[in-house]
Amino acid sequence: MIVNLIDYLRDRLQTVVYCCYGVMAFIVIWSMSVDTSHAHTWAEKAIPGFWSLFGLCSCAIVIMVARWYGKSGIQAREDYYDN
Amino acid sequence: MTISFMHPALIMIVGALLLPLVRGPFRKPYMFLVPLLTFFDVIYLSQHPGTYGVFQFMNWELTFGRVDRLSMIFGFIMSLMAIIGTIYGMHEEDEWQHIAAWFYVAGSLGAIYAADFITLFLFWEMMAFASTFLIWARKDEESLAAGYRYILVHTFGGVVLLIGFVLRYQATGDLSFVHLNVQSPELYTWLIMIGLMLNAAVPPLHSWLPDAYSKATAIGAVFMCAFTTKTAVYTLIRSCAGFDVLIYLGIIMAIYGIIYAVMENDVRRLLGWEIVSQVGYMVAGVGIGTSLAINGACAHAFAHILYKGLLFMAAGAILTSTGRQKMTQLGGLYKKMPATLIFMLIGGLAVSGLPLMSGFISKSMIITAAFESHILWAGFALTFVSAGTFLAAGLRLPYLVFFGKNNCSEETWEKAKDPVWNMQLAMAIGGFLCIFLGCYTPFLYNMLPNTEVVFNPYNAYHLSETIQVMAFTAFGFFMLRKYVMPTNTICLDMDWFYRMGGRGFYWLVENPLQWFDTALSKFYKAVGINCLMTTSAFWSWFDWNGIDGVVDGTARCVRAIGRRISIVLQRGQIQQTIYYTVSFAAVLLIAYVFI
Repeated sequence: MIVNLIDYLRDRLQTVVYCCYGVMAFIVIWSMSVDTSHAHTWAEKAIPGFWSLFGLCSCAIVIMVARWYGKSGIQAREDYYDN
Repeated sequence: MTISFMHPALIMIVGALLLPLVRGPFRKPYMFLVPLLTFFDVIYLSQHPGTYGVFQFMNWELTFGRVDRLSMIFGFIMSLMAIIGTIYGMHEEDEWQHIAAWFYVAGSLGAIYAADFITLFLFWEMMAFASTFLIWARKDEESLAAGYRYILVHTFGGVVLLIGFVLRYQATGDLSFVHLNVQSPELYTWLIMIGLMLNAAVPPLHSWLPDAYSKATAIGAVFMCAFTTKTAVYTLIRSCAGFDVLIYLGIIMAIYGIIYAVMENDVRRLLGWEIVSQVGYMVAGVGIGTSLAINGACAHAFAHILYKGLLFMAAGAILTSTGRQKMTQLGGLYKKMPATLIFMLIGGLAVSGLPLMSGFISKSMIITAAFESHILWAGFALTFVSAGTFLAAGLRLPYLVFFGKNNCSEETWEKAKDPVWNMQLAMAIGGFLCIFLGCYTPFLYNMLPNTEVVFNPYNAYHLSETIQVMAFTAFGFFMLRKYVMPTNTICLDMDWFYRMGGRGFYWLVENPLQWFDTALSKFYKAVGINCLMTTSAFWSWFDWNGIDGVVDGTARCVRAIGRRISIVLQRGQIQQTIYYTVSFAAVLLIAYVFI
């Protein structure tokens, strides 16, 4: 059942992607209507969709830092300790 | 009313010792019963807080059973995890693994209920030694080496802890395991903290964790991911709450772990790095030290044990069926292992803190505590890490193992299948609890140590914050996924220093020291032996001619005198002999009387 569902969605990948974009747009719009009295800093109130931006930047930073760090010599061949 | 105290660790120890005797059809019910009994004992104890099991040993008072709200919540989750882990490993015939695992659980429970440093140390070391056998039980060369590294590192940590509390005893005469004065820390405070920190895998003392957990058996790793680090978090809460250096260390740990998790190729190493990162939240919470932060650290440890156990169970299922744990050798497995996919997704989403999952209600407490204590940078850093966590464990891991490019060899693909019923049952229990905790918050919140704190994670703003962060992390992953593909590499880490340092030591021994030793023996052969031979030849001559000459000469002299005397005095005539004897006796008598 699960396999069939996944195959069904994979066959319609483009539609799934568009749906996800739709959901993301909805989330951002909804976030603007949410009461911001629980916000921790002024930035969250001033910038619409602050946490969306924060999430995207965090993800990009983590990926890029990991890539840079790995390429700088931290990622070594698998038999590094064997010889 | 006095209540009878039965230490939960004792049940596990006796259970483990009797395990080899229970065979055949009784084995599985027995294996279920012992952790269950322990769990009921823990619940029974939590109804009766107090101090039990106090013994006088030499000058010290040892307390085995301190039951309060803090030890209660940790005892509860540890014994619950013991049940889940044992169910997961029930099919395993190798009884040594079960014995080691139960001793390990006993060590953890013992440390949790201990109220003095000696008892704590006893159980602390029991944990380290028992868990080493869970690594060695895999019985290959890599595991053997990893086990040795693990035990050496933990022995080092144990010794630092030992020095710490002995110094404290010397300075204060106090051995009780209570909150240390972290406002004006002494040397011993630092040493105790470092000893405890090593078990919590705080950088730079963390490399043992991904190293050991990825080399342990599938069952061993499920136990290991729960007990060592979380027991250490408990001890840190108990002794070092509010030590602000822990905030910095916790945040460094959380970020460091997540960067490595994104680079990692090995599934279980990735999960190990996730532990480092998640324990970073707890350590930061301990450092913040407010009631909310401490509650958050406890809640996160509780939730973490369940979802991380679930993730390690899923990873163990993959390892058991395919024999592979590198992402470059896996992929596309959803067709063969759909149940495992579901459990790994539940675990991955729970660790990422998706609303209605356990991670959401626990992690947010620590982040809120950071913001409420006006440590804004810490709050933002931890939110940043939660995005990274979702990226590594919620997206990258399931994507590369179950979807993505199929890197499986034909043999791997053939072998891949969902695991046996008991492993699936254990994962189902874990998965259910991850969702149950997230949906029904009072279950966990009512157990937390600081009862005065009121916290509600489900407000609209917080929900919107979390969902935005997660949605856009997913978007970022979708756009940048080609940069996080696995490669056939290993990631160098702090263990480089002791692995290469160990080799440096070998080199030192094999080359300069060996050379010196050889040179010394050659020199000895050439000079020393000759000298010795000459000296001994001289002494032999001296002995023969000098000493023996004197002794023999004396003997010869005595003999000659004797002969002369016998010629003069003993001529064989009885009258003369009597005359000499009587005269001699008379002279002696006169001399005695007059002198």
